[in-house]
Amino acid sequence: MAVTASDAHRAIDAVWRIESTRLIAGLARIVRDVGLAEELAQDALVAALEQWPEEGVPRNPGAWLMAIGKRRAIDLLRRNQRFERKLAELGRELEGDGEEAVPDVDAALDDDIEDDLLRLVFTACHPVLSTEARVALTLRVLGGLTTEEIARAFLVPEPTVAQRIVRAKRTLAAARVPFEIPPRSELADRLSSVLEVIYLVFNEGYAATAGEDWMRPALCDEALRLGRILAELMPSEPEVHGLVGLMEIQASRAGARVGPSGEPVLLLDQDRRRWDQLLIGRGLAALERAEALGSALGPYALQAAIAACHARARTPQDTDWARIAALYEALAQLTPSPVVELNRAVAVAMAFGPATGLELIDALTSEPSLKGYHLLPSVRGDLLAKIGRFHEAHQEFKRAASLTRNERERTLLLERAAACARRSTPVPLAGRQDPTSPGDNAQGSG
Amino acid sequence: MRFLMVHRVDESLPDAYAPSAEVVAGVGRMIGEMTKAGVLLAAEGVRPSSTGARVRSSGGKRTVIDGPFTEAKEVIGGFALLQVRSKEEAIEWAARFAEAIGDVEVEVRQVAERSDFGAEAPPA
Repeated sequence: MAVTASDAHRAIDAVWRIESTRLIAGLARIVRDVGLAEELAQDALVAALEQWPEEGVPRNPGAWLMAIGKRRAIDLLRRNQRFERKLAELGRELEGDGEEAVPDVDAALDDDIEDDLLRLVFTACHPVLSTEARVALTLRVLGGLTTEEIARAFLVPEPTVAQRIVRAKRTLAAARVPFEIPPRSELADRLSSVLEVIYLVFNEGYAATAGEDWMRPALCDEALRLGRILAELMPSEPEVHGLVGLMEIQASRAGARVGPSGEPVLLLDQDRRRWDQLLIGRGLAALERAEALGSALGPYALQAAIAACHARARTPQDTDWARIAALYEALAQLTPSPVVELNRAVAVAMAFGPATGLELIDALTSEPSLKGYHLLPSVRGDLLAKIGRFHEAHQEFKRAASLTRNERERTLLLERAAACARRSTPVPLAGRQDPTSPGDNAQGSG
Repeated sequence: MRFLMVHRVDESLPDAYAPSAEVVAGVGRMIGEMTKAGVLLAAEGVRPSSTGARVRSSGGKRTVIDGPFTEAKEVIGGFALLQVRSKEEAIEWAARFAEAIGDVEVEVRQVAERSDFGAEAPPA
């Protein structure tokens, strides 16, 4: 069969997808500038697009691209005065190899490609950049996504993303951010910045709704891929495995969390046969790796452990709520927040009864940050209804309905308010609806 | 999107289940690369068909035929499940995997999603 130009282009896309990250990482090590490295990698891609359709895809396309990129890098280093200092640095680094600095970049590169990848991860997620910039640059240089794909995924205009990436590269250069793995003393903080970026990408994809561009849910796959790569690069960091476990388990529910007409299905109402057992298995394995590393679980591993409690339960009734409540308590100690407290209260109510949960909720009602949060009255209404305080439950559901911005949810809450109103006067028990079941977070559909 | 990669082996060849050290190393390296690239979800190799069986249901009747499957030129040798962005990416990985084994054919098939069956379909 004749290979058409477009076949070749699609094959090149695939090679690019597989090789671009390593290519950029390796080139960044030579030029010590991620922005420049990405441009050089693009140059190599252009060369491939020119040559491969005619000559065929080379036997080792990654090495081919790297060779072109390196040649361009070295030309640039030689030509450009601006890089004189860098050339000197590089020369010193390669001194052991002999008289000339340039030719032996090869050997230096190949050994350390994994370190280069890590350097690239930490540079793209450097705290000197805004969160938006970190996300865009990470997806670009680590995910191999085009500016257009990133724009579609985040529902922003393409020039906005292009701007973000250009500015991010400039900021890194202006701040003289070194291309390095952070020293031990900074590692924990820097790693949490990396994990935050990955989880943010995941959540953006998870928030996608039916009918939206497919690039949005694809962000979940992208985040998972980045997480899995990082877990291979940093196998002794428990929080990396914790985050991977959390994402794998959350992703396992993708097929169950949306109903036939696009409505969200709460965790406890989901058809568990639709949960992806392969991803659950991977998630539980990742959590085990985090636990096996011995130290106390961090925030991601704790959230993964909570998600695992649900994943292990064959039916909602099998859920180990006492363990979930304990895990939320540990999470609240690490990252105190009213939302975590609310989730803990839900778990406590499920484990030890609605009255016990209600005590915790009541302590949250004066919390200013939850003032406009519809889930607080919604959960409180649910618990009040369960212990028969229908009049108060009615008030809470009405308040929750007035606070939610989701039309479907408002309808549901008003129905529940009406049901409670009917029961607050002595009427027969008929027509009682099942209470809205809480999930592994108060939002429930996770 | 997910792709299933299945490779077949000719059981009449003496090295069908006794690959050279070079092939073992090459396949191991490929599995490592796919893992490090974050695309490999699962991969297994299977034992000779003599240890397996074929089960057929026809007209409500069940037939079990023990291996080996001597009539088949090639039998399944193993599989891998990949999570990738495109069919071309799956093909590129499959080609690299095949090259690591040597002379082999690798079949690449996209895994059906729930949406392929419509929303009302029973869960997989």
